[in-house]
Amino acid sequence: MLRIIALMALFAAALFAAGDASFEATKRELNIPAIIMFFVFIAGTLGLTVWAARRTKSASDFYTAGGGITGFQNGLAIAGDYMSAAAFLGVSGLIYLKGYDGVIYAVSFLVGWPIILFFMAEKLRNLGKFTFADIAAYRLGQKEIRTLAAFGTLSVVVLYLIAQMVGAGKLIQVLFGLEYEYAVILVGIMMIIYVTFGGMLATTWVQIIKACLLLSGVSFMAIMVLYHFGFSFESLAATAASNHAAGESILAPGGFISDPVSAISLGMALMLGTAGLPHVLMRFFTVGNAVEARKSVVYATGFVGYFWIIITIVGLGAIAFLNTDAGAQYFVDGKLFGGNNMASIHLSHMLGGNAFLGFISAVAFATILAVVSGLTLAGASAISHDLYSNVINPNATDEQVVKISRITVVIVGFVGVGLGIMFEQQNIAYMVGLAFGIAASANFPILFLSIYWSGLTTRGAFLGGLTGLITAVTLVIIGPIVWVQILGNAEAIFPYKHPALFSVTIAFLAIWFFSKTDASERGKAEKELFRAQNIRANTGIGSAGAVDH
Amino acid sequence: MNEELVDRIENNPKYKELVSKKNSFGIKLGIFVLVMFYTYIMVIAFNKEVLATKVAEGLYTTIAFPIALVILVVSFLTTVVYVKRANGEFEDLTNEIKDDVKDLV
Repeated sequence: MLRIIALMALFAAALFAAGDASFEATKRELNIPAIIMFFVFIAGTLGLTVWAARRTKSASDFYTAGGGITGFQNGLAIAGDYMSAAAFLGVSGLIYLKGYDGVIYAVSFLVGWPIILFFMAEKLRNLGKFTFADIAAYRLGQKEIRTLAAFGTLSVVVLYLIAQMVGAGKLIQVLFGLEYEYAVILVGIMMIIYVTFGGMLATTWVQIIKACLLLSGVSFMAIMVLYHFGFSFESLAATAASNHAAGESILAPGGFISDPVSAISLGMALMLGTAGLPHVLMRFFTVGNAVEARKSVVYATGFVGYFWIIITIVGLGAIAFLNTDAGAQYFVDGKLFGGNNMASIHLSHMLGGNAFLGFISAVAFATILAVVSGLTLAGASAISHDLYSNVINPNATDEQVVKISRITVVIVGFVGVGLGIMFEQQNIAYMVGLAFGIAASANFPILFLSIYWSGLTTRGAFLGGLTGLITAVTLVIIGPIVWVQILGNAEAIFPYKHPALFSVTIAFLAIWFFSKTDASERGKAEKELFRAQNIRANTGIGSAGAVDH
Repeated sequence: MNEELVDRIENNPKYKELVSKKNSFGIKLGIFVLVMFYTYIMVIAFNKEVLATKVAEGLYTTIAFPIALVILVVSFLTTVVYVKRANGEFEDLTNEIKDDVKDLV
């Protein structure tokens, strides 16, 4: 273990040395404080992983940190999962580019949380063990439902993973002048180490530390911005409006959400998708009971809500500070160096010099590492827990399951790196939107109906869930982004960018239809089992608790 | 969970009370959040000029910013309201139900 880490450090150092050569091309000076901060963070989290590895023995330790995480810690970790690179760099970049339209995104991202709390959180805790498929397959056919859930999980995980990988690659490229491919490989290796050795415990603590660093770093930036404007939001808004090419129009909704169907559809994807993200759902299994599960959502909502408020200030601050004569140094050929997603990174340099740039960059990198680790763990649990130990080899021992998961983590890591390199040119925000859309159409309907509808049968859940997944993927492919922009056709067959309104509705209808028309004996028995499931969901009697730890 | 336990809990009036109170409380708060959010989205979709109104004559800040702030804060407050009651009243009821059937668990 230690030897592997030492090798990693050597490899990383070699990569940075290799990076120096290409640095000339970008005409940026090497940022020493940034690199020091960066290594301090990596050393710290690797130390944490060594500590966590000693405590990770059983499958329960590996997937749920033994169920011993408190509500407050879990709230921070959930908030950390949510405050991904797409959220931090993407939304602040969107506000920098389009003004208020970015705020609409932020608001839509938050309202899913109360809904998860009222309808899902404690039920997830009471019914689940390692993955959300535990709940969907609670009284239904294990093989069918777990296989489908594993595919749903992997689709979401891979799309999300690509988005984060591309973000990480770009960030490191800008900061250290490191080649994009090396940057992605570095992220991949770090993530494999955290997850294979430290499991959920390390992944959770990396997430908690990162959430604290991110919240304090962005708070500092927001305070500096407001301080500059005498703590007057009005003078910040006025300066932003006069420094932006679009003028005052950036202070109100613009053309970002153009028609009612897209507006409702995007809102639906962001809201329901949250309740179908496998790496977020699995966090509810790390707390001891329903009381802690509920508390964790309150903390998460508070942290994420606060985060959106300060990100709005930072985004407007980026317009006010960067679009000036003093900010001209961050532009190359009239474009922000590294793209609009780097707006907050450049702002941190203007506000606090090299040291603060180093801090914010290390935090941004940590954000990506922590989120990809969580994603990888979710993907690994889908394969090892759902597919391997419940479908392929039901007699697997605990050791075998943990071994398979560690192998899976390595494979998912390699796949992530490969796809991250292939998809270098893709838009991060859109890929995340897509992941939410598939989560809302494939995972959420099965999960929701399995908790609330006694009439759900295996046939209904499997055929209906499959219909939702296929519809969502198909509508994306024949929609304007893939069909026109990527495949080069003249006109989109399906006119809307976000298919959730249609695919979620179709998934619910299909699950209802195939369950209603299921007259089999097995279907009847499954409906009968709902009573016991509902009691466990509501009271927690018989749930997989943290009692044996 | 055996048949006897299921029957006993389902017929326990406290269980019925718990499920109906919890569901109706969740649905009420859920509808409140959804109506608030979709009103905002609908205004953006159909009549976004309204949100470009300035907070006061001669200022740059539009009402769109305080409205977004209110939605964020109110969403958070609904979670506090729910958890206060769920971790208090509902949890007490749950524990009473568990006590009633502890000979079977």
